[in-house]
Amino acid sequence: MRFPNKKGYFGRFGGRFVPETLISLLDDLEKSYYSLRKDKVFQGELDFYLKEYAGRPTRLYFASKLSRALRTLRVFLKREDLLHTGAHKINNTLGQILVAARMKKTRVIAETGAGQHGVATATAAALLGLKCDIYMGSEDIERQSLNVYRMKLLGARVIPVSSGSKTLKDAMNEAIRDWVTNVKDTFYLIGSVAGPHPYPEMVRDFQSIIGKEAGAQFKNKIGKLPDYLVACVGGGSNAMGLFHAFYNDKSVKMIGIEAAGCGINTSKHAATLGKGRIGVLHGSRENVLQDKYGQIINAHSIAAGLDYPGVGPEHCFYKETKRAEYFSVTDKEAVEGLKFLSQSEGIIPALETAHAIAYLPKLAKKVKGQKSVIVCLSGRGDKDVNSLKGLL
Amino acid sequence: MDNRIEKKFFSLREKNKKAFIAFITAGYPSLKLTEEIVYGLEQSGVDLIELGVPFSDPLADGPTIQLSSAKALEKGVNLPKILAMVKKIRIKCDLPIALMAYYNTVFQYGEEKFVRDCVISGVDGVIIPDLPPEEGEKLIKHARKHDFATVFFIAPNTTTSRIKFIAGMSSGFIYYVSTSGVTGMRKSLPEGLFLNVKRAKKITKKPICVGFGVSDARQVKQIASVADGVIVGSAIIKTINANINRKDLAKIVSLYVKSLKRYI
Repeated sequence: MRFPNKKGYFGRFGGRFVPETLISLLDDLEKSYYSLRKDKVFQGELDFYLKEYAGRPTRLYFASKLSRALRTLRVFLKREDLLHTGAHKINNTLGQILVAARMKKTRVIAETGAGQHGVATATAAALLGLKCDIYMGSEDIERQSLNVYRMKLLGARVIPVSSGSKTLKDAMNEAIRDWVTNVKDTFYLIGSVAGPHPYPEMVRDFQSIIGKEAGAQFKNKIGKLPDYLVACVGGGSNAMGLFHAFYNDKSVKMIGIEAAGCGINTSKHAATLGKGRIGVLHGSRENVLQDKYGQIINAHSIAAGLDYPGVGPEHCFYKETKRAEYFSVTDKEAVEGLKFLSQSEGIIPALETAHAIAYLPKLAKKVKGQKSVIVCLSGRGDKDVNSLKGLL
Repeated sequence: MDNRIEKKFFSLREKNKKAFIAFITAGYPSLKLTEEIVYGLEQSGVDLIELGVPFSDPLADGPTIQLSSAKALEKGVNLPKILAMVKKIRIKCDLPIALMAYYNTVFQYGEEKFVRDCVISGVDGVIIPDLPPEEGEKLIKHARKHDFATVFFIAPNTTTSRIKFIAGMSSGFIYYVSTSGVTGMRKSLPEGLFLNVKRAKKITKKPICVGFGVSDARQVKQIASVADGVIVGSAIIKTINANINRKDLAKIVSLYVKSLKRYI
C-alpha cells in the first residue's frame, strides 16, 4: 500500500487543514510536484546538484571506537553532517527550490528553528537566484546566532518572530501568514515532513535518499540489512529520510528519538509522540502537545531544531502501526551524547543529532548479542558551540 | 427553518436589506465585558455576532485579533466558559450568534459534543478558518442533524467548480475572504472584489458575506452594494483596545458600530 492516500493521509494522520486561500496553491504544488517526480530532466538536474554541489553520496562510516565503547552495537554513521551547509536539510531545499523555479515562483520563504533549514534554504535560493525571507523565533535567533549571520551573508532576510514561544512553532505561523498574503509569487519551502499535503510526502521523498544510499552502502560493506536504524525526531525529516527506504524490510527496527528536554514528566519537553495527543497543527492532523482545550503547549528542548510541539504525520502513522518505536532523551543526556561522539570519534554532532547518539548506550543494554545500527548523523555541531560554552 | 442565522437572512432578503456582522473575541477584555458588548451591539442594530474562540496559534489572523486572542487565553477563557456565557446571553438576547473557532479547539471538544452543546447553549453556527469542507464531513453530518449552520469560506482564487462544492457544504451563509492574507484593516478594497462576489452569486443562492480587511464606513457601503452582508472584526477590536479602561466600553463599541452600520 502506498502512503499517503489521495487526500494526503497516512492512516488517520495528515490531510489539509488550511485557510481556503491556500487550497488552490496546494493543488498547484501537488500537481507540479507529482509531474516533476516522474520527469527525468528534473530528476537529472536534482541528482546533479545533490552530487556536484551538495556532496552526495555521503559516507556510511563505521564508528569503531564508539562501537567498542558500546560493546554490543556495531554503529554506522550516515554522514549527512558532511553535506554542504552541514546538515541533511540541503537534500530537501535543493529539491523544493527546483520545484519552485519550475513553478515560476520568484520568492521563497521558510521557517527555521536551529537555523539549519534556514541556511539550506538561503543557500539554495542564492544558487537559483530567488529572493529569500526566513522566519525565525527571536529566542532561536539568540541561541543560533551563527546561522543567522550565515543566512544574511547568503543574501536572505531573517525576520524575527516574537509572538508565542518565540521559537519554531511561531516562525511557522508567521511563514504561513506570509504565504497566505503573497500567493502569487511566493513558494513556501517547508523544512520538515510536516505541514499540509503534499509537503509531508514531498519532503520525505527528497530526504529518502538518505536511507536509499545507507541501505546500499550497508549491503556493500556487510552483505545484509542492518538490525536497527536510529535518528532524532523533531518534525522528523532526517528520521523519515533514513527510515522510509526500509519500510518493507520488516526485520529492520526503526527507532526515533525525541527531545525530553528537562524530562517528559515535567512541562518542559518536546516529546510529541511520547506525550502528545492527536490534534491539528500547521495544516496537518498529527500528534500535538496541547492542553485539554486544544491550545498548543510550548515545547522545550536544548536543541532548537527539536523544539516543536508537532511531529510529521507519517511518524504518527509509523508509531500507531508499530512500524517504528519512539523514545526520548533529556537535554542533559544529549549534551553527554555530543561529548561521547566528539571524544570517541572526533566528530562533533549537532545538538539535535546528539539525541540519537545519546540513546545508543540505552540500546546497547537492551540488545541480545551483537547488533548493527545505522545512525543518521543529521548535522554537525559547529552551530551549537556558542550555546554549549557554558556547559563544558 | 429554526436556525436564527437562516431566519435572519430570510427576513433581510424580504426587506431587500444587507447584514452587518460584528466579530469580537470572546473573553476580551473579559467574559463579563464581552457579554455587555454583545448587548451593546444588539442596540446598535447588528444582525449577527461572530464570537471568536481564542486559540494559541491563530494563523489566519493578523496582529490585532492575535493579541486579543492571546489576552483572552491569559485570562483562562475556554470553550465551556464561552458556551456558558452564550447561554446567559440567550436569556435577554435573540441575536444570531456564530462561533469562529480554529479546528483543533473543536476537534478536541469532539465534533458531535461540540454541535450538541452549541445548540443547547444557543449558538447558531460555526466558522472554522482552517477547516476546508473536505475535512469537515463529520462536523457537517452532526450539524445537519441539529440544524446548526456550518459557514465555509471562498477566496479570490477559489475555482468556479470549487465554489459550487463549498456552497453545497455551507449553511447559514458563505464567508467570502475579500483578499489574500490574514485578518486586519486595509486602506482599500482589493481589485476584482465586486466581480468576484458577483461571479460567486451566480453560482449559489446562499447569502454571501464579505470579511477580512474591512476598515471604514466607505468600504462597508461599497461591499453592501454587492454582497449579502459585511463582516467587521479588527476595526472593532481596535476600538476596544483604544477604550479598554473606559467604564462605558460597551456603549462606545456600540456607538462605533452604529456609525458603520448606518452605511448599509
